[in-house]
Amino acid sequence: MEIKSYKGKFTFIRRRTTNVVMLSVSFLAAIITIAPLILIFYYTISKGIANLNINFFTKLPTPVGESGGGMVNAIIGTLILIAIGGGIGIPVGILSGVYLSEFGKNKFGAIVRFFADVLSGIPSIVVGVVAYTLVVIPMRHFSALAGGIALAILMIPTITRTTEEMIKLVPQSYREAGLALGIPKWKITVLIVLKTAWKGIATGILLGLSRAAGETAPLLFTSLGNRFWSTNIFQPIASLTVYIYQYASSPFKDWNDQAWTAALVLIILISLLSLVFRIITRSKYRT
Amino acid sequence: MLNNSAGNLNESESFGKIQNFFKKNKRKDTSTFLNKILGNKNLGDMIFERLTLLFAVLVFLLVVFMGWEMYSHSILSIKKFGFGFLFSSTWDPYREIFGALPVIYGTLVSSFLALLIAVPLGLSVAIFLSELAPAWIEKPLSFLTELLAGIPSVIYGLWGIFVLVPWLRDTIEPYLQNEFPNSPFFQGAPYGFGMLAGAIILSIMVLPIISSISRDILRSVPYTQREAAYALGATKWEVTKIVLGNAKSGLVGAIMLGLGRAIGETMAVTMVIGNRAQISASLLDPSYTMASAVANEFTEASSDMYLNALIELALVLFIISIIINILAHLLVWSSERKWK
Repeated sequence: MEIKSYKGKFTFIRRRTTNVVMLSVSFLAAIITIAPLILIFYYTISKGIANLNINFFTKLPTPVGESGGGMVNAIIGTLILIAIGGGIGIPVGILSGVYLSEFGKNKFGAIVRFFADVLSGIPSIVVGVVAYTLVVIPMRHFSALAGGIALAILMIPTITRTTEEMIKLVPQSYREAGLALGIPKWKITVLIVLKTAWKGIATGILLGLSRAAGETAPLLFTSLGNRFWSTNIFQPIASLTVYIYQYASSPFKDWNDQAWTAALVLIILISLLSLVFRIITRSKYRT
Repeated sequence: MLNNSAGNLNESESFGKIQNFFKKNKRKDTSTFLNKILGNKNLGDMIFERLTLLFAVLVFLLVVFMGWEMYSHSILSIKKFGFGFLFSSTWDPYREIFGALPVIYGTLVSSFLALLIAVPLGLSVAIFLSELAPAWIEKPLSFLTELLAGIPSVIYGLWGIFVLVPWLRDTIEPYLQNEFPNSPFFQGAPYGFGMLAGAIILSIMVLPIISSISRDILRSVPYTQREAAYALGATKWEVTKIVLGNAKSGLVGAIMLGLGRAIGETMAVTMVIGNRAQISASLLDPSYTMASAVANEFTEASSDMYLNALIELALVLFIISIIINILAHLLVWSSERKWK
C-alpha cells in the first residue's frame, strides 16, 4: 500500500505503533498475572516439602518446642467437614438446579436463579456468623456440624447453577423420546436427563467441594479447631485451614514451618479430590 | 451461537405441540379420584416437581433468612447505637462502645486500592485471552488463571506473611519513603504489615475473577462487529477498542463482582493488614477491615453487646455485598443478553 500525503503516512505509523504498544502491554499483563501463581506454588512446595513425612499423616500435633508431630486429626477433620457440607449441600444444590432447568422458566425461577447468584457472592465469613447464630448458640458449644452447615451454604449456589447449566445442555429430543415411550417426566429427568448430564454436574460438585476444603473464615467460630483426635460431629474438630491460619500467625518457627507443610497437604488434597472425580466420571461414561 | 438457540426454540415449540396434542386427545374413562386432583399429571411427576420446588424455595429463603438471623442476633447493638454505628470511630470493647467507621474505611480503601491494581491488569489479560492469544497459549493461560482463583485464601495469607510482607518491609517501603519523603501516603514506620500489603494481596485474589468474567463478556460480542471494523481497515488494537465499547456495561459488572469479592475477603487480608482499627492516610500503617474484625474478635467477644456489635458488622458486610452483587449481576446479564 502506498500512502501519498505526508499526514496520511504519519497517521498510519502512529496507528501501527499504538497497535504494537497496546498489544505488548496486554501480553505483559498476562505474564504479570501468572507470576504470583508461580511464586505461591514455588514457596508452598519448597518450604512445605521439608516437613512432609509419614509423621505428618499419622501423628497428632505436638506442643510448642517439641519437634515432630503431624496433623492427622486436621486431615481427617477437613474430610469430615466437607463430607457434612457435601451431604447437605449436594442434594439441595442438585434438586434446586433441576427445578431451575426443568420447571423454572417462569418468574419464580428467575428470582431463584438471581438469589443463587447473589448467595454465591456473600462473603464466607458472613456465612460463618449465620452458622454460629443458627447452630452454635442453640447447642451452646462449637461443633463440626456447625462448620459443615456453613460449608454446605457456601457450596449450594455453585452446585445449583452448574447443575442447571449442565441439564440445559441435554438435547430436548432426549426428553421427547422418553415422553414418546410414555415414561413419566420425573423418571425421564432422573434416569435420562440427570444421567446424561452427570459428568458436568460432577464437575460442579467437585468445584463446590474443593472450594469448601479451602475455606477458613466460616470455620473459625463454628468448628473452631481441636488439638486432639476427634471424629465426633457434635464436638469441635480440627481442620487444615484453621491450623494454617493459627500456625502462620504464631511466633514459633516450628509452627510456621508446619503451616507451609499443611498448605502443601491441602493443595495435594484438593488436587486428589479433582483426580478422583475425574476418574469416576471418565470410567463410567466415556463420550 | 445464534443458529443453536434458534434450533432449541424450534425443538421446544414442537415439544409443546406434542404435549398439546396429548392434552386434547386425553382418554376420558380413566378419571379416577386421583386424576381429578392431579389433572393431567402423573402422581410421581407432581411429587417430583413439588420436591424440587421445595429446594429451590430453600435457596431463595436462605438469603432472606441469613439477613433476618443476623438482624435478630444484633438487636442489642442496633438498638443502642442506631445509625451512629456506621459513623462513629470508637471501637472500644472494654467500655462497650462500638463504632464501625474505621473498619468500614479500611474495607473500602483496601478494596479500592486492590481494584486500582487489578482492573487494568485484569482487563488487559481478558483482552489478551479473547482477542490476541492463539489457542495454544490461550488454553493453558486460562487454566492457570482459574487455578489462581482456586487457591485457598489462607494460603495467600501464608504467602503474604512470609514472602510479601518481608519484601515490602525491607525493600519496597523504605524505597517509597526515600523517593517520596513528604507524601502523606508513605508516613510512619515500615512494618510491612499494613494497608499496602492488604491491598496487594487482595489485588492478586480479585485479578482472576475480573479477567475470567471480562474474557467471557468480550467473547460474547459477535464476531461480525470485529469483521466490520477490519473491513474498514482498522488495526487490531482499534478493533479491540470497538469490542470494549460494545462490552462496556458487562465489564463494569465484572469489575463490581471483583469488588464484591475484595470487600468480603477475610483470611488473606486478616493475616497481612495489621489489624488495628484506625483511620490513617498512610498506606504503610496497619488497618482493619469489617471481615477481619469479625474473624479476629469473634471468639474473644466476652459480652453480649460485643458479640452483637460483631454480628451487626457482619450484617453490614452482608448488605453491602448483596447490593454490589445485585448491581453487578444485572450489568453482566444485560450485557450478555444484548447479543442473544
